[in-house]
Amino acid sequence: MIIKLWINDQEITKEIDGDAILLDFLRDHDCYSVKRGCVTSNCGLCTVIIDDKPVLSCSTLVARADKKHIYTLEGLQEEAREFGECLADQGAEQCGFCSPGLVMTVLAMVKELKNPSDNEINEYLSGNLCRCSGYMGQLRGIKDYLQKKGGAGK
Amino acid sequence: MRTINKFVKVKTLAEAYELNQKRSNVVLGGFMWLKMGNQAIQTAIDLSGLGLDQIEENDEGFQIGSMCTLRDLERHEGLDEYFQGAVREAVHHIVGVQFRNGATVGGSVFGRYGFSDVLTCLMALDCQVELYQRGIVPLKEFAQMKHDNDILMRVLIKKDGRKISYQSQRHAKTDFPVIAVAVARKENQFFVSVGARPMKAGVIEKSGWLPASSRSDREIEALADWAKDQFIYGSNMRATSEYREHLAYVYIKRGVKEVLGNDH
Amino acid sequence: MRAVNQAVRKKDAMLLVTGQPVYTQDLAPKDCLIVKILRSPYAHALIKEINTEPATKLPGIECVLTYKDVPDQRFTLAGQTFPEPSPYDRLILDQRVRFVGDAVAIVAGENEQTVDKALKRIKVKYEVLEPLLDFRTARDHKVLIHPEANWKSLCDVGADNTRNLCASNEEKNGDVDEVLGSCEWVIEQTYHTKANQQTTMETFRSYTYRDQAGKLTCVTSTQIPFHVKRILSNALALPESEIRVVKPRIGGGFGAKQTAVTEMYPALVTQKTGKPALLVYSRRESLIASAPRHENEITVRIGADKNGIIRAIDMVTLSNTGAYGEHGPTTVGLSGHKSIPLYGKVEAFRFKYDVVYTNVMSSGAYRGYGATQGTFALESAVNELAEKMKLDPVRIREINMVKEGAVMPAYYGETLNSCALDRCMAKAKEMIGWQEKYPGIELNNGKVRSIGVAMAMQGSSIANVDTAAVFIKVNDQGHYDMKIGATDMGTGCDTILAQIAADCLNCSVEQISVSGVDTDVSPYDSGSYASSTTYLTGTAVVNTCETLVEMIRKKGADQMGCPIEDVEFDGDRVHRVSGNESITLRALANVQDQDADLSATESYCSPVSPPPFAVGMAEVEIDTETGAIDLIDYVAVLDCGTPINKSLVRVQAEGGIAQGIGMALYEDIVYSREGRNLSNSLMQYKIPTRLDVGRIRVDFASSYEPTGPFGAKSIGEVVINTPSPAIANAVYNGVHVHVRELPITAEKIYNGMKQHKNKSN
Ligand SMILES: Cc1cc2nc3c(=O)[nH]c(=O)nc-3n(C[C@H](O)[C@H](O)[C@H](O)COP(=O)(O)OP(=O)(O)OC[C@H]3O[C@@H](n4cnc5c(N)ncnc54)[C@H](O)[C@@H]3O)c2cc1C
Ligand code: FES
Ligand code: FES
Repeated sequence: MIIKLWINDQEITKEIDGDAILLDFLRDHDCYSVKRGCVTSNCGLCTVIIDDKPVLSCSTLVARADKKHIYTLEGLQEEAREFGECLADQGAEQCGFCSPGLVMTVLAMVKELKNPSDNEINEYLSGNLCRCSGYMGQLRGIKDYLQKKGGAGK
Repeated sequence: MRTINKFVKVKTLAEAYELNQKRSNVVLGGFMWLKMGNQAIQTAIDLSGLGLDQIEENDEGFQIGSMCTLRDLERHEGLDEYFQGAVREAVHHIVGVQFRNGATVGGSVFGRYGFSDVLTCLMALDCQVELYQRGIVPLKEFAQMKHDNDILMRVLIKKDGRKISYQSQRHAKTDFPVIAVAVARKENQFFVSVGARPMKAGVIEKSGWLPASSRSDREIEALADWAKDQFIYGSNMRATSEYREHLAYVYIKRGVKEVLGNDH
Repeated sequence: MRAVNQAVRKKDAMLLVTGQPVYTQDLAPKDCLIVKILRSPYAHALIKEINTEPATKLPGIECVLTYKDVPDQRFTLAGQTFPEPSPYDRLILDQRVRFVGDAVAIVAGENEQTVDKALKRIKVKYEVLEPLLDFRTARDHKVLIHPEANWKSLCDVGADNTRNLCASNEEKNGDVDEVLGSCEWVIEQTYHTKANQQTTMETFRSYTYRDQAGKLTCVTSTQIPFHVKRILSNALALPESEIRVVKPRIGGGFGAKQTAVTEMYPALVTQKTGKPALLVYSRRESLIASAPRHENEITVRIGADKNGIIRAIDMVTLSNTGAYGEHGPTTVGLSGHKSIPLYGKVEAFRFKYDVVYTNVMSSGAYRGYGATQGTFALESAVNELAEKMKLDPVRIREINMVKEGAVMPAYYGETLNSCALDRCMAKAKEMIGWQEKYPGIELNNGKVRSIGVAMAMQGSSIANVDTAAVFIKVNDQGHYDMKIGATDMGTGCDTILAQIAADCLNCSVEQISVSGVDTDVSPYDSGSYASSTTYLTGTAVVNTCETLVEMIRKKGADQMGCPIEDVEFDGDRVHRVSGNESITLRALANVQDQDADLSATESYCSPVSPPPFAVGMAEVEIDTETGAIDLIDYVAVLDCGTPINKSLVRVQAEGGIAQGIGMALYEDIVYSREGRNLSNSLMQYKIPTRLDVGRIRVDFASSYEPTGPFGAKSIGEVVINTPSPAIANAVYNGVHVHVRELPITAEKIYNGMKQHKNKSN
């Protein structure tokens, strides 16, 4: 079937198989930030943003992304750098393999939640596994980022 | 690996139903569960163009389209308020936000999974499902029906003034439940549903117990003891049947106390 | 000191957080053959017939390889310095399969779909054999896992394939039975720790190709590039000089990648076809055919006098190595060597062990490497001793813990040069509020809150075995290019080593550029394991810098025509002490003369392995009706010598503790009765999410290790050792239940409470 969609605002029209998975499609289109960590929808490494919502690209058929705008970290470099610096200052990006999925989910969270508490942050991000950091440094980095954004935005 | 030969975004429910009569064709919910299988699908039937992704609320109740996501359920203010947060409590442990942005109400209910929080919670409410062919069927009945080729359109929940409590116990916080218990009360009528036994949820109903005059701890315990005995329990890698039975008792007891609230 | 002991940002940080393509799979050529493995459905079987023809005939299939296509010489996948203590017990593909998931055939083809199709078309006839699944009965069992004649053990570790023994030994000091006999208090208990998965977020993966020189090149997610080179040489019967191994950024190691799990498969394909080949393990494969922690059953006897002085420790460890022996003989050693020496007043000890083969997935290296298992057992036993004596578990440790200056007979006779264990304990006590909270309180919602304690140690590199070399060169800009063979697996060692170099060379961290590992150009390093990088490679950095500074001074002095004694190097320029003359490093680097480059290389092998220490305290909440347990707070105070990078050391600690929490509370590899691994996805093998770890608080009580770079010891491993025993202790202090088998589930706690009730009724 033929589909049309936008990856990071770039229009793509393409013939695809009915069972093509968005994660593979994105990597085939040079979005290497999108990682796969499981086959059961548990890890969150493959998170991308569609319609402002964080979505698991490993569990999304490309056919279903027809006519949609998809954002990956490649398209959100500025935001990634801004939040990434806060993570880096904590040393919370260890191997970094979970970072793209985390960054994407945090960017979605910032749009969805206002002044989230620690617990709300942790709940929102519970689908993003990290085996290296123990999560504490990530939380410190996220809070720094929220504070910076709050200060700058309002 | 699951393969899909053809993907069809249907224009009408009739089209969907017709396609679904063939064994090798499959209706897609959120694809979360389906994706893990390794069946060869001839035609994948996509319902996402049919406007079934809405939750409608009126004085009688809620009508939840089968393509609503679990996240939609979780974030719906009307549901949250009317059912005292129980629906939210039932779904917010499920994997994570991204997952719940994908998994659908239709897939969760149609699947009738043993571990299902969603089914356990809905069973304790006055809940029906609207099927394309068969029409409206009580959820309790639907849960026992064989998987057939019908299409689930909506889940309907009546506003009948029930108070409900939902509890589950898990190892890691976003794991499948070891046990899931919903207790609802409509005046002196109690509804208890227990899921993840690990078999799928069932519901029992009991009227006339615990009249306002006698609601002591002992009587509540007796009710919980009786209720837990109405179900059978099994063992799997998460827990043994003996432990599950005990947990069912504890959570039914607590649930009853919760729905009695100030009346206790 | 300017860079050391600071929170310097990791050199690769911004690359990683912006999602740049820096990992193995991101770098593989797009036309790589896709490699997949056909796996055994049986725990123990012989392949009687294997028909690959229907698979080979599929268009797009390049090759299908079976045991008939591989060299018949056995080797080990363990990343250890030669001669490896792990037995040579594997072939790339074998006619005998030894666990459900063992490799049966390798398929390579154009794309994934075709390869998947081909896998289904391979027809295998098995002779199904009786599996040996219970490790308690494995020794001298009639079922032999490795009956083959060419099985061999290179080191004297007590291995015997005709008895299912991968290793066996006994060590002692003094007469343990006699001392125990004269003790007022004796505890004897058996503890059981389970196999755990490292669960790196990046699963195992490698790709191979022939480079311009025809060398078989393997780009791989590994902790041990130099060992991989030797392993491939063994596996493929190819000289090491024809193999090159490259390590890009890697998505987590934790010991998993100290075993060469995937490299040999694509390498064989490239060797046979000459084409580039890529193998990426699915999460399922990573969970059923990898190298998890060894399951241990440990029986501990300890004896104390009437004052609580621990006088004797006897430990007997039974370790399950599974189908193959990777890291079997060495992990088990740590269960005793890195637990017994915590207690400094012991007059006699005995440490005895067997490591046995069974028909489950083979084990490997996981952070803590056996010390974790031993610590759970010994620390739990000490807690039980304290209970029996009605002593505070902190107090019993205070009066028994090893002190700086002690000679440790159970730790290779080494002298303890640096130890702040006492200060760790004092600080942890204060942080968690031990005085006020011990043992626990009943809350008015049917729950209890209680606290528990444990302590732990580890090593820093393997003494007299592991080696690290470093090469530093002054480049044209007057900056430095540093080449190391140690592998940064997200731990930040590239940055940490650059910090050390920066302080030695008096420059900024930015002026040191660090390259990834390529065995063709990087200096030799045994690898990033055994907590060796900061300590061992760090010392090599210090030594290399010293040599380099001498060269810089010499060249400066030559240029200025003065003796070397008359010059100093301040990081920027070499200047005369007796005059105003000076010359910049940059100018020196660009002087054209007969002399060689300004570059130096030094290597280091440590005669000792100074232990870092940890104290962990857990606060838990338990529902007394259900046994459901929540971890509320975890405090750890660590002595890792000088922390080189303050933020990285903290995150290392937090990360290790979170893994330890998973191990304590639910991580478990469960097999069916037929030996099928049921914990084969992240849906069934649960690792902690951020909702599960409570609050983790880490602090440091630093000592100064005279043999380490800037006083540093290791940190990476010791941190995982305390959570299991500390949480078990908190459970006891709350509800008086001993959970001696991990994980500590709600059901086990509930059952314990029920037994109490039944007894008191
Ligand atoms: C890792 C993981 C963890 C989970 N944990 C939990 C948990 O803790 N608690 C819990 O309650 N659930 C859990 N679930 C289940 C999850 O919440 C969903 O119920 C499940 O994924 C099915 O929903 P789906 O939308 O993905 O359906 P799909 O996978 O798309 O479909 C499921 C089935 O329903 C059929 N179907 C879907 N929609 C319709 C329709 N409208 N009409 C007819 N048939 C239809 C499909 O053909 C298929 O047979 C988990 C699932 C996974 C993968
Ligand atoms: S890859 Fe794990 S959730 Fe998508
Ligand atoms: S940083 Fe390695 S998994 Fe998160």
